Amino acid sequence: MSGPEVGLAISVFLACAVEAVEALTIVMAVGVTRSWRWALTGVAAATAVLAVIVAALGPALTALPIDTLRVIVGGLLLVFGLQWLRKAILRYAGLKALRDEDEEFASETDAARAATRAGTGFDAYSFTIAFKGVLLEGLEVVFIVVTFGASQNDIGLAAAAAAVAVAAVVLAGVLVRAPLARVPENTMKFGVGVMLTSFGIFWGSEGAGASWPGGDAALLVIIPGVALVSLAMVRWLRRAPTRRALGEPA
Amino acid sequence: MSRIVRAARAVWEFVVGDDPFTALGVVVALGATALIAGAGAPAWWVMPLAAVALLGLSLRRAAR
Repeated sequence: MSGPEVGLAISVFLACAVEAVEALTIVMAVGVTRSWRWALTGVAAATAVLAVIVAALGPALTALPIDTLRVIVGGLLLVFGLQWLRKAILRYAGLKALRDEDEEFASETDAARAATRAGTGFDAYSFTIAFKGVLLEGLEVVFIVVTFGASQNDIGLAAAAAAVAVAAVVLAGVLVRAPLARVPENTMKFGVGVMLTSFGIFWGSEGAGASWPGGDAALLVIIPGVALVSLAMVRWLRRAPTRRALGEPA
Repeated sequence: MSRIVRAARAVWEFVVGDDPFTALGVVVALGATALIAGAGAPAWWVMPLAAVALLGLSLRRAAR
């Protein structure tokens, strides 16, 4: 496996694992408190809808000229990546609360208990919540797989990495059978932000007509470079005496 | 509110999020890269510099 292929697999794996963690938290909350049967039915229905979307979107995206695709995908990845990095850096710097999966699990659980079950058969609440959670997070997984895979002309590898990520998260959830606070989510989000930003820089530049020194090997410089700059920004924010001082001209 | 407006808002929220300046900056940087590359000059350095600058500015705004 070449360097860019390894980078593709790792970045897709991390990004999809984050989405899977979020979806699993929702499904576990309604499954434990309401109905595993209808929660899992919602998961199955959402998966079927996702399969249709993959079949519809995949060919449409890959039919685009590669440079057009790269500049669009690169731009989108860079926007997403910078958003993820900004939030992860702010959390590391203590300027934004770390996401608490236990709290989210408890919140979902309370909401599930408070809802009135409609009749004794079909549990619409469990089905709808699980369906919505899996569909929304699944759409993000589809987006990651199709865009990363199409731009590297290797959707198969991207899909395989996503499948492994989802399977690993589901297996972990089944094994621990507990809220997912043990997963260091901000660390994963920081890593995903670095990857999205790096690939966004690389593909966006290529799509806009630039040529990278060293070709694809430039990614081996871009990725650690983005990570180091991001870590430096964490230190910068931590050292700032007050929030107000950060906003004042130096 | 019509479905089209709701869909457009959902797409805007999904893509742009709460930081439209960063999204606009990415578009401008891509345009600058295309212009410089079109003129025959090396343009690979534009996007890395733009990404660092946009991230720094975004953090500065968020930290205020």
